[in-house]
Amino acid sequence: MTEPLLSARNLVKRYGRVTALDHADFDLYSGEILAVIGDNGAGKSSLIKAVSGAVQPDEGEIRLDGQPVSFASPLEARRAGIETVYQTLALSPALSISDNMFMGREIRREGIMGKWFGMLDKPAMDRFSRQKLSELGLMTIQNIDQPVETLSGGQRQGVAVARAAAFGSRVIILDEPTAALGVKESRRVLDLILDVRSRGIPIVLISHNMPHVFEVADRIHIHRLGRRLCVIDPKEHTMSDAVAYMTGARVPEGVAA
Amino acid sequence: MSDSPDPVVERSPAEEVARFEHHARSPLQRLQHFLHRYPTMVPVIVLVLSLIVFGMISPNFFSAFNLSLIMQQVAVVGTLAAAQSLVILTAGIDLSVGAVMVMISVIMGKLSVDFGIPVPIAILVGLGCGALTGALNGLLVTRLKLPPFITTLGTWNIFLALNYYLSGRETIRSQTLDAEAPLLKLFGERFTIGGAVLTWGVVLMLIVFAVLWYALYKTAWGRRVYAVGDDPEAAALAGIQTKRVLMSVYVVAGVICALAAWSSIGRVGSVSPTSFFEANLESITAVVIGGISLFGGRGSILGPLIGALIVGVFNSGLRLAGVDVLWQLFATGWLIIVAVAIDQWIRKISS
Repeated sequence: MTEPLLSARNLVKRYGRVTALDHADFDLYSGEILAVIGDNGAGKSSLIKAVSGAVQPDEGEIRLDGQPVSFASPLEARRAGIETVYQTLALSPALSISDNMFMGREIRREGIMGKWFGMLDKPAMDRFSRQKLSELGLMTIQNIDQPVETLSGGQRQGVAVARAAAFGSRVIILDEPTAALGVKESRRVLDLILDVRSRGIPIVLISHNMPHVFEVADRIHIHRLGRRLCVIDPKEHTMSDAVAYMTGARVPEGVAA
Repeated sequence: MSDSPDPVVERSPAEEVARFEHHARSPLQRLQHFLHRYPTMVPVIVLVLSLIVFGMISPNFFSAFNLSLIMQQVAVVGTLAAAQSLVILTAGIDLSVGAVMVMISVIMGKLSVDFGIPVPIAILVGLGCGALTGALNGLLVTRLKLPPFITTLGTWNIFLALNYYLSGRETIRSQTLDAEAPLLKLFGERFTIGGAVLTWGVVLMLIVFAVLWYALYKTAWGRRVYAVGDDPEAAALAGIQTKRVLMSVYVVAGVICALAAWSSIGRVGSVSPTSFFEANLESITAVVIGGISLFGGRGSILGPLIGALIVGVFNSGLRLAGVDVLWQLFATGWLIIVAVAIDQWIRKISS
């Protein structure tokens, strides 16, 4: 395999006497869907927060494209092209789809109105939003001006993913994207994830849902006791294998107990 | 999710025609959705209805003179309500607006009359002090993370005390202002259009609302104010520097209070440290009746303008009908309760 796009080595994060990350490693290759699974408290969310800039590790190194990086905030990670779709989605319910897509990076008009009076270029923002949504096949949303709160749970998830895909040039991290959704809507979101990968953007998928993980992931990173236990190929292992590794009921081959 | 129209992902992007699926909605549900989309319609309907009713009761009510008089009466509180709206849009509340306004009017008056400072400079200093009061509120809310209610309850008392200290509890009389600082009374000056008699204070109020409307709907700052008021955590995760936005809101509100202070000198005709004691509560009343949600992030900035007019129309109409003043309070009280109840009902849509 080639160089990983995003990697981490020996990450350590302590909260008081609790060690959330204990020399954890992480590798994401371009064009893949990497699922991160682990029991509650295994430290997978700390790992994801460390690579998305939400927490700063005490030790260890993160590399993007082989270059060492350190993110002081999620904003910095975003500027480097790492977008995160949080479980809460981080959408403003009363604002429109288009407003939400551009939150924090609005387009201003050209000329005096934009420069001196800060006037937004709403037509351009609406056009861009509509284009991004239809690229991902989300165009059943009727009106780009409708408030996000009038959308269904799956549609909201779709808007959040579309926002990340529109701006996340390098990596998209999805935190439990199907946890709050019904069967049919989960199906749509999984298709959406595959769509995003087919456009060449690698995805980190954090999920508790084994069938979903095994369906879409190319590789599965199993996190246990603050570190990476192993990475398995979903085609060569069963879901019960994965659960057994996760809970420590069994030790995968090649890993010292 | 009963009324979610369509599944989220349509698999063939070619087929991107907007689709509408009509679910049977009861008339009440349709009204709820309509008001959710256009929250300002509630105060507009109330204003139109009250105009019709009072117009039928007393024939003098509909004269251009009376209607313009109402505008004059609400100009100061209306301007304050603009400042209050900004803070309430961020899910805060500002109890100090009235005290800030009176204190700034004292500062403007004292500087120009007692210290002989040129009036335009005194006014600029007053506007600067307004920004400072807002900055103080904003710092307490964003840095010390105090709830806005408590912060401004505290600063209300502080500014009130400073106001008495600076003024020595003395009024600067109208004649003194005419002789030494007529510019301070600018917004009380009248002009007529047809039979309507308006003051520049009315014009100022309308301009303040127009500028805020532009800023809130046409600029990134405005969208961020709504986002921060709607869900501050989501806004922060989406990359908004929420503290900076909140800070700017309080500072702008402070400057608008200072403009209202200038306007109030014209309205009262003198600089009185004991005037407008209930202006803070009246500004909140106008905002709430105007359909801005106390929970933040919802409502149109034009609502409070209409809310202030509704209170003015009720007061004027009941007075012309010869009804005791206490019924004006009674009616305003019910308006507030009904307005908030409607807001709660509209908000149920999102769940």
